[in-house]
Amino acid sequence: MDETKYGWWLPVDVSVHGARIDQLISVVHWFMLLLFVGWGAFFVYCLIKFRARDGHQATYNPVKGIFTKYIEVAVVVIEVFVLFGLSTPVWFAYKNHPPAEKDAVTIKLVAEQFAWNFHYSGKDGKFGRTDSSLMSGDNPLGLDPDSPEGKDDIVTVNQMHIPVHKPVIIQITSKDVIHSFNIPVLRVKQDTIPGQRIPIWFEATQTGHFELACAQLCGLGHYRMRADVFIDSPEDYAKWEADNTPPPAEAPAAEAPPAPEAPAVPAPEAK
Amino acid sequence: MSVEQQPHGTPNAPAIGPETGHAHGELAHAGPDHGHHELPFWKKYIFSVDHKVIGIQYAVTALLFLFFGFTLMMMMRWQLAYPGRPMPFFGRFFSDNVMPGGVMAPEFYNQLGAMHGTIMVFLGVVPLAVGGFGNFVMPLQIGAPDMAFPRLNLLSYWVFVPGGIIMLASFAMPGGAAQSGWTSYPPLSVIASSGQTAWLFGMIFLITSSLLGSINFIVTIVQMRAKGMTFFRLPFFVHAQLVTSFLLLLAFPPLEAAGILQLMDRLAGTSFFLPTGLVVSGEALKVAGGGSPLLWQHLFWFLAHPEVYVLILPAIGIVAEVIANNTRKPLWGYRLLVYSIIFLGFMSFVVWAHHMFMTGMGTTMSTFFQTTTMIISVPSVIVVTCFLMSLYGGNIRFTVPMLFATAFLPMFAIGGLTGLPLGLTASDIYLHDTFYVIGHFHYVVAPGTLFALFAGIYYWYPKATGRMMNSTLGKIHFWWSFVSINFVFMPMFFQGMAGLSRRLYDPTVYAHGRGVQPLNVVISWAAWSLGLAQIPFIINFFMSLKNGARIAENPWNATTLEWMAPSPPGHGNFLTEPIVYREPYEYSVPGAKQDFSPQFVAEA
Repeated sequence: MDETKYGWWLPVDVSVHGARIDQLISVVHWFMLLLFVGWGAFFVYCLIKFRARDGHQATYNPVKGIFTKYIEVAVVVIEVFVLFGLSTPVWFAYKNHPPAEKDAVTIKLVAEQFAWNFHYSGKDGKFGRTDSSLMSGDNPLGLDPDSPEGKDDIVTVNQMHIPVHKPVIIQITSKDVIHSFNIPVLRVKQDTIPGQRIPIWFEATQTGHFELACAQLCGLGHYRMRADVFIDSPEDYAKWEADNTPPPAEAPAAEAPPAPEAPAVPAPEAK
Repeated sequence: MSVEQQPHGTPNAPAIGPETGHAHGELAHAGPDHGHHELPFWKKYIFSVDHKVIGIQYAVTALLFLFFGFTLMMMMRWQLAYPGRPMPFFGRFFSDNVMPGGVMAPEFYNQLGAMHGTIMVFLGVVPLAVGGFGNFVMPLQIGAPDMAFPRLNLLSYWVFVPGGIIMLASFAMPGGAAQSGWTSYPPLSVIASSGQTAWLFGMIFLITSSLLGSINFIVTIVQMRAKGMTFFRLPFFVHAQLVTSFLLLLAFPPLEAAGILQLMDRLAGTSFFLPTGLVVSGEALKVAGGGSPLLWQHLFWFLAHPEVYVLILPAIGIVAEVIANNTRKPLWGYRLLVYSIIFLGFMSFVVWAHHMFMTGMGTTMSTFFQTTTMIISVPSVIVVTCFLMSLYGGNIRFTVPMLFATAFLPMFAIGGLTGLPLGLTASDIYLHDTFYVIGHFHYVVAPGTLFALFAGIYYWYPKATGRMMNSTLGKIHFWWSFVSINFVFMPMFFQGMAGLSRRLYDPTVYAHGRGVQPLNVVISWAAWSLGLAQIPFIINFFMSLKNGARIAENPWNATTLEWMAPSPPGHGNFLTEPIVYREPYEYSVPGAKQDFSPQFVAEA
């Protein structure tokens, strides 16, 4: 993994929608800084100018608050602009316009203590049937071995491969407690709620090896609930898909293949 | 006491006692027990119905809890700075269950985190700000002989204590204390070990205590004001306590209900918060299902957002008192401040779901809640502006309380401003649940509220004990704490920007965590330094009981009614009936003999 992509400020952004989020963060911080420096200058001026000393007296009558009214109005105006000019449109554009499913790669994700299980539909584009009563250590998704659509499905644990420059839709849920799907470089975050399947989407703009972190306290292994994220070129992605599709003869869903790079943390142990 | 039968707060004769009619000059000699037959020790100091004793009990208990809660965090800071390394010296005092070989176990880390939050909020800041200062100061400031319901007040404290004991004792439960965060989100909290059950029982006691207290506060402020004490002559601190009490009264019942529902999920096999088809550790959970984990979050945050204002409003009240007293001029925009906090209190009930933007909320809901969140920032800006304008034209005395109150302003401003990118949905996608959030709310509550509470302690200590606290030790305490605390919380914004999640036992698992790991070392050393900075305060607090300079009623040359009563005030508070002649902060009135015109003096 390229550690130079992470520093003391926002890490590199490799998503299509992320630039506008970063822009909002930046605008809001300049606004905050401006307000704080303005207040701070006035504050320090008052502390020095009006310190108690011999011959100095406080003024009983309040000063007229014309200037403060201007500041308060300015604050309101800027907040309205940030709210309706930036934040709401960004959220609206991102959340209300899912990519068309035919153009996108769709992945199902089931989070559990303390692992991320990815379910790819394989070549046929159809997901095999899953059932929570079939879930076990070997079959974390409860994939039905008799389901014809499931024969070519790919299941990975803590490894997410996605193609670059192609919209990705992930249907996320959890089988036990609430987790949160968080890929800082893609500017995505979504709680995984058991009993709900929530779609999220994004499109990557660069290839590379990044990481997925759990952002919601989910138990003692929360800190190591991490997955590797591989953003592949179209050729690499096709190759990965081909290499990992189970051979047609094999009935049960294949386990995840060994990762190209050893994960930094061990796979989840069964408790 | 038959105070309850007094519909309009004229302090009655029995409360005032035989000293009634003494001239003002003799007040300084009044002892703590004037006017009453001697009560046995346990009735006077332990099961007292005197609001001042109860206030001091609350304050001391809360200070102990604050230090304990801070100690939990100082332990966690070792693991965060040096993940996986055995804790030097202190590690050996813990069993192998929680610190095998001196290295903190992840379960124990989660317990410390959950209990740090719970203790600081529910057993530290609220009991100190409301139970302590509210109880001690508010009746004195409105000129009442006691609270409206003294026995209810006694009950409130003695319901609070078992709540605290249950919380502490939960560390000894099998599996340890609660470890699902102070927010206790199900299903995690429902499948957690038995410490969570103790947490829920503890919370039910604490909530009940707050409800009893809040009713008492409201009735007292409305019914027990002295003659002449109109609403717009009330000190700002009293307004802050009134709004706070309404928040407690209206916001806590949903959490009490939610707590009982979660208790049922844990003990009675119900599924209020559990959906169908949960599989935990490869095994299907045998519950009915059909519940909603998000229901808990709505109920919890419906309390916990107003709770934020419960933490901050009394602090704003204290800062107002201290600033007016030390700038020697009337508070700028007093009425505007009052209207602002009433509006703030109202709005605090309609912003709760901004804690839940990442739960899959749609555009309409999220737009509503981010709009209300931006609206609530307006009265906060007004509060800060009023305080800043109060400094303008003053004659500022930098006493120890004033140092803390002064520092409150920029700290609260940082805390408030950094709430903006979190309240906006789009930027919250990135910043939600990162260390940025931790930095944000700690700036509001630690160098914000806690500094204000320290200001209050230094300010009213002379009234409570009759002696001043040492000002040199106070200044050391202030400057050392001020520098340390900024080194604790400022780096967290950078960690959050880098994407580091909160509640991670070992942040170096992640590449974005490794990038900001050096900051964790800085933060931890600053936190331990902050711990040491409290030693001058602790010494000062106890030594001044014996060695502090003795003072008369009004050492700060203040104007509000509590400074009319003897220091310390006896049972019944005032030696003569207080009558209020003017607004609360009449400092430097042109033509007056001195630079303060107290509310209780007819001719000034």
